[in-house]
Amino acid sequence: MNGKAHSFESPLGIGALLSRLELSGKKIAVERNGEIVPKSAHAETMIRDGDQLEIVVAVGGG
Amino acid sequence: MGAIRDALVVAGKSYSSRLLVGTGKYRDFAETRAAVEASGAQIVTVAIRRTNIGQNRNEPSLLDALPPSRFTYLPNTAGCYSAADAVRTLRLARELLDGHDLVKLEVLGDPQTLYPNMPETLAAAETLVKEGFKVMVYCSDDPIQAQMLEAIGCVAVMPLASLIGSGMGILNPWNLQLILEKVKVPVLVDAGVGTASDAAIAMELGCDGVLMNTAIAAARDPVLMATAMRKAVEAGREAFLAGRMPKKLYSATPSSPTEGKIAPKAA
Repeated sequence: MNGKAHSFESPLGIGALLSRLELSGKKIAVERNGEIVPKSAHAETMIRDGDQLEIVVAVGGG
Repeated sequence: MGAIRDALVVAGKSYSSRLLVGTGKYRDFAETRAAVEASGAQIVTVAIRRTNIGQNRNEPSLLDALPPSRFTYLPNTAGCYSAADAVRTLRLARELLDGHDLVKLEVLGDPQTLYPNMPETLAAAETLVKEGFKVMVYCSDDPIQAQMLEAIGCVAVMPLASLIGSGMGILNPWNLQLILEKVKVPVLVDAGVGTASDAAIAMELGCDGVLMNTAIAAARDPVLMATAMRKAVEAGREAFLAGRMPKKLYSATPSSPTEGKIAPKAA
């Protein structure tokens, strides 16, 4: 996740992961293994062993 | 909303301000907001970056300082060195901003000059336009490349006036003029503006707008510089529309009447 390894005791969906990270409802976007996971699919998308997740926000930039 | 006089039209949408500003390099969000307000900009660029996992709790966010309901966000691909990374970044941006599709594409060539890598830029533009993005594109000041980007379907071309963050001003007005003659989509100077006169020169040349970040953010007083830039872009635009007098080396024509002068004093 964002370049760092994380492990979880039980199977986890993206929606549940975001709520653990206190990111639910925040303006973020999630990519899994190079593919966008749309907000509408967060709840149902289960994370698998070895998945690469990117979670991004908008920041100041030129 | 009534029709805007002399609007900047990008991808079918009208903007009264021809100054676009970046939101990076400010001390804090309060300063970002004050500078953006002073600039009068309606389009603001933002970058897409990883969240700080575990530090999100009540961290203030850019979106609170500059509500997307009031400003048109222009997510960029700053820091991308390949077409693939730029495309991925803007797909994330579109997801993040609920389907918003107006984007700024920039694919850089090297970290020292931040000069655009044009083959990668063209490749990314091709993919993004096919995917329905409205692409404003940072590019070299080469009229042929600008035409290629227009042919692909980019909604605006944004040549650099000098290197990003250099503040060196308009180094090659001739090339900008060639681009202005060659392409029909809006041409905005992106990068290189250092002070108000640089912005005015870009607009006097006939550019449709100017995008800047460092010139404002790195000024001693960013908010005051933002005001200066707003005025410079407006003044430059009006001077362009007014049509400047021709430059003449000689043939002095006085501004005051030559008739009715008092008699010269006898020597």
